[in-house]
Amino acid sequence: MTMAALYDEAADPLLDTAADGPAPKAIVVAYGFWIFLLSDIVMFSAIFATYAVLAHATAGGPSGAQLFNETRVLVETGCLLLSSYTCGLMSLGIEARHRVATYCAAAVTFALGVAFLAVELSEFAGMVARGATPERSAFLSAFFTLVGCHGLHVTFGLLWLAVMMAQVVTKGFRDTVLRRLFCFSLFWHALDIIWVGIFTVVYLIGARS
Amino acid sequence: MRDLFRGLQADISADRLRFGGRALTFVAVAGLGGCSQGVLDPQGPIASAEKTILLNSLGIMLAIVVPSILATLGIAFWFRASNPRALHLPDFEYSGLLEMIVWSIPAMTVLLLGGIAWIGAHELDPRKPIESSVKPIKVQVTSLDWKWLFIYPDEGIASVNTLTIPSGTPISFDLTSSGVMNSFFVPQLGSQIYTMAGMVTHLELQAQKPGVYPGFSAQFSGNGFADMNFVVNAVPRDQFAQWVASMRGKGPALDAQSYTALAQPSAAVAPLTYGSVASDLFGTIVQASTQPAGPPRAMPAAGRMEN
Amino acid sequence: MNILGKLSWSAIPISEPEDMIASGLMILAAVGVLVWVTVKGRWPYLWQEWLTSVDHKRIGVMYCILALLMLLRGFVDAIMMRAQQVMAAGGAQGYLPPQHYDQIFSAHGTIMIFFMAMPFIIGLMNFAVPLQLGIRDVAFPTLNSVSLGLTASGILLTNISLVVGEFAKTGWVAYPPLSELRFSPGVGVDYYLWALQISGVGTLLTGINFVTTILKMRAPGMSYMRMPVFCWTALATNLLIVAAFPILTATFAMLLLDRYLGFHFFTNSGQGNPMMYVNLFWAWGHPEVYILILPAFGIFSEVFATFSGKPLFGYRSIVAATMAICVFSFLVWLHHFFTMGAGADVNGFFGIMTMIIAVPTGVKIFNWLFTMFGGRVRFTVPVLWSLGFMVTFVIGGMTGVLLAVPPADFQLHNSLFLVAHFHNVLIGGLFFGVMAGYNYWFPKAFGFTLSERWGKAAFWCWLVGFYVAFMPLYALGLMGMTRRLQHYDNAAWQPLLIVAAAGALIVLCGIICQIIQLIVSIRERDEHRDKTGDPWNGRTLEWATPSPPPAWNFPALPRVEGKDAFWTEKRRIRGSSTEEPTSLRYEPIEVPKNSATGFVTAFFAVLTGFALIWHIWWMAMLGLVGAFITILAFAWRERAEIEIPAALIERVDRAYREALSR
Repeated sequence: MTMAALYDEAADPLLDTAADGPAPKAIVVAYGFWIFLLSDIVMFSAIFATYAVLAHATAGGPSGAQLFNETRVLVETGCLLLSSYTCGLMSLGIEARHRVATYCAAAVTFALGVAFLAVELSEFAGMVARGATPERSAFLSAFFTLVGCHGLHVTFGLLWLAVMMAQVVTKGFRDTVLRRLFCFSLFWHALDIIWVGIFTVVYLIGARS
Repeated sequence: MRDLFRGLQADISADRLRFGGRALTFVAVAGLGGCSQGVLDPQGPIASAEKTILLNSLGIMLAIVVPSILATLGIAFWFRASNPRALHLPDFEYSGLLEMIVWSIPAMTVLLLGGIAWIGAHELDPRKPIESSVKPIKVQVTSLDWKWLFIYPDEGIASVNTLTIPSGTPISFDLTSSGVMNSFFVPQLGSQIYTMAGMVTHLELQAQKPGVYPGFSAQFSGNGFADMNFVVNAVPRDQFAQWVASMRGKGPALDAQSYTALAQPSAAVAPLTYGSVASDLFGTIVQASTQPAGPPRAMPAAGRMEN
Repeated sequence: MNILGKLSWSAIPISEPEDMIASGLMILAAVGVLVWVTVKGRWPYLWQEWLTSVDHKRIGVMYCILALLMLLRGFVDAIMMRAQQVMAAGGAQGYLPPQHYDQIFSAHGTIMIFFMAMPFIIGLMNFAVPLQLGIRDVAFPTLNSVSLGLTASGILLTNISLVVGEFAKTGWVAYPPLSELRFSPGVGVDYYLWALQISGVGTLLTGINFVTTILKMRAPGMSYMRMPVFCWTALATNLLIVAAFPILTATFAMLLLDRYLGFHFFTNSGQGNPMMYVNLFWAWGHPEVYILILPAFGIFSEVFATFSGKPLFGYRSIVAATMAICVFSFLVWLHHFFTMGAGADVNGFFGIMTMIIAVPTGVKIFNWLFTMFGGRVRFTVPVLWSLGFMVTFVIGGMTGVLLAVPPADFQLHNSLFLVAHFHNVLIGGLFFGVMAGYNYWFPKAFGFTLSERWGKAAFWCWLVGFYVAFMPLYALGLMGMTRRLQHYDNAAWQPLLIVAAAGALIVLCGIICQIIQLIVSIRERDEHRDKTGDPWNGRTLEWATPSPPPAWNFPALPRVEGKDAFWTEKRRIRGSSTEEPTSLRYEPIEVPKNSATGFVTAFFAVLTGFALIWHIWWMAMLGLVGAFITILAFAWRERAEIEIPAALIERVDRAYREALSR
């Protein structure tokens, strides 16, 4: 018995409909990474939900209103949002296959990410110095975990950015590198979105109560 | 019947009916055997109502399940490849009417059972007071490792691993735990409810007539879990008053100190009664369990823990 | 600071004979296998063809092998539990003190769910889905291998706990406060948490892999409504994995933070909230049971259609039911703790939602019935398992609906009635399903069919054994017996527990039959060769390949014209009078290159997990750095694919066609 006619594998790569056969690798990779990001958001949601339940469980210790510094949060937010912008510039540089632009934008993104982490770590250190450690109360456990988890993701992102720049240096703008850079920028922007959630739920709402 | 089997291929065989008969017998025997001391032997209004709901729901479900099982066996047997008499419909893969029926039957069953579930959940909510002309007795329950403490706040006495209550009287339970989660359960009287540290759950039960009813924990809580048994002693109302009067002032006092001693891990604790209880000890217990703990709970030596 | 953290010689249970015997046997078996492989000189073969393979078919087989091994381990736990409960009646204490018994029932649940059921369904999906979709492999083959490695790491850690240290004594759900450091100061809960965190990452990656594959990579012409039902259920399952497993990851992370850094998520002090754990755990836990059952439903759909010689009845309705189950499974989690005191409105809502989810399941049962109706049903081993499922699962489903009525649950929660219910649906549903799938797809994977005789014997032993083992438990639950009892006072329960133990022994016979089936089938494989690749007169595309399929699956991706793509093609060929000329142009095909990434990641995962359990911080750092370097090595590899020359493809394909025409 014979199978039907051969599939023409030179199909239009822009056509995404799966009824025409497996999608091109770039689309598959990006799609898979989106699904991963969704799963990461689910994980954050579980931590958000826990934070919401434990937000008032201060066990006689300090509450959010007593601890949060609005200026600090503003600076952090500014750094992160700006870094998303520079990440976008980096994407433009990549699209233009312009190495120097890519490296510069990446460096600024990196620096802004480090600045964000520095402010966050100093906030944590300040809280610990005042006795507001995560072991003090359920609220503080939840706070440190939620904000800390995001910070860990940012740290990992910076590490990833450094590795990606090393890849650009050693491999140039080949397909695999381009796909990974695209995933990185998705990741970086997603972290921004999660930060918006954090500063709303934790800092804005927390500072009011 | 035997003729039907004669032309059979090896696979669909009397074995299937034989095992089915065996299974049914087991269930029947078990059901008959289960008639004492358990869920099917209710001794209070809550347990009776729950048994009724259980059996009604079972009946409704069996009305679907039994025909489904018979249809499965029947259709598989009749449409076996070796049966020349069976209808052959090689392209039969859709029928709007059948689809409608197939979605409706479960949907309607669920509608009916859903109604039972909603109404039952409200009628038999553990917090719902039992309607009675008799004034309820309050009991405060604390699950410890691995025994039960019952405090009668109005009577000023307490007991461990034994719960004496007046029959025909609603008992209003407030429950908490000294540490890990447990579940207070007397199957013949009704619902179980979790006990959790730092929190108070509520349950209303009533024993219809005098008797001795076993109780235990239904939520695993560690090494001595299997020994967390207690008995409910339901006695006539006047006898209960006498019992309270006789217990008051006699035996050890239950205060913060003796409670701390009691709270040390131990299992298979023999029932004992306290002649007096410190005021609002229960409230203190609820608060205390949320304080920073002492050293980790000691691991008992291998083997049974004797008291 | 001790360089080996909490680890010391006392971690090895020298003073406990049962533990030492069990550990000894396990080590002996493992070492025996390693020695045998070395003596036979098969390491290069094993390394090249299996351990570094990224081929979905190989990975699928390895998952199933892990599952079958863990079935044996979990079943030994079950036999030990049944024996203990037979003996420990009245005042007797049995032969297992609480600290052992408690570990055994915790390990039994953990192993059966995470290391038997999950790997089995993931293995079957790995093997069959790309073939059914008419493609060459999943979206991310190397990631697939990493998933397998991480699952194997979790398994290894759990089994190491038998030899070094202890396992959790909290039950497989590990509720706090019992699982917090204060009440479980040993390493048992840490073994549980790290083993499941690591394998959980692997499972999540599988979910991402399969969702992407099914939605973005299908053969040309295969629109959604032309996909085999097994692929639909695989899609629903993997969507559930992606949506549910992160919740478990977060929950376990929080419990780990409580235990390691003194946080207060679920502790009694610091205003922690153990109820939050219960909610989060079951928000994962309920979708998990649907993750387990949906692939089984898919397998039954394939089996009933194939062996009735008819298309599946109500394809669209089954697809709709599957996706409905997928969504609804997130709306029922509270039925696992009606007795926690949530209040009538909340309890009532979740009770009703639980019943609603029974509707699409019931619809499927009827659809399978009508699939057989008008067909010519062949009673092969997969069909027997499927019929056994139809009868058994509806009983289990019925008891589930009973438990969904809150006032009934108030009396049956945590009793042996509950234990009987979930074993009823897991064994009757999931296990019978994977057994059907195992027998169904075995010839495709290995080129020869399994012995029908021994397969039928295994089935009957399992079926009878299941009923004898679990029907008494329903009765015992009604009699008031609760679960997880190391001993009990009420001697009236003992006769039924003896019957249950007898049932377990009948199941043991079934397992022995399955082992014999495998041995006999391998010995007699030449007599049972699958020469055409289509031993069952199948309907879906996996049967359009030789058995076993070559690495590239298809010489050219098939063009799909309708549902049941292979069946449609066969009918077309049968119907046409002229022989179609073989006008295929053979092109070289690029397939993903082998990679040691999965294996090496597994090694570092075990190292890191073990180190974290025992608080050996430098070793944990080493493991993490090692894992990072492994990722870098993968990221810098020059070639991701190798090219299969056209000549080889042509040779294999011509041999296949020749076998078909004979």
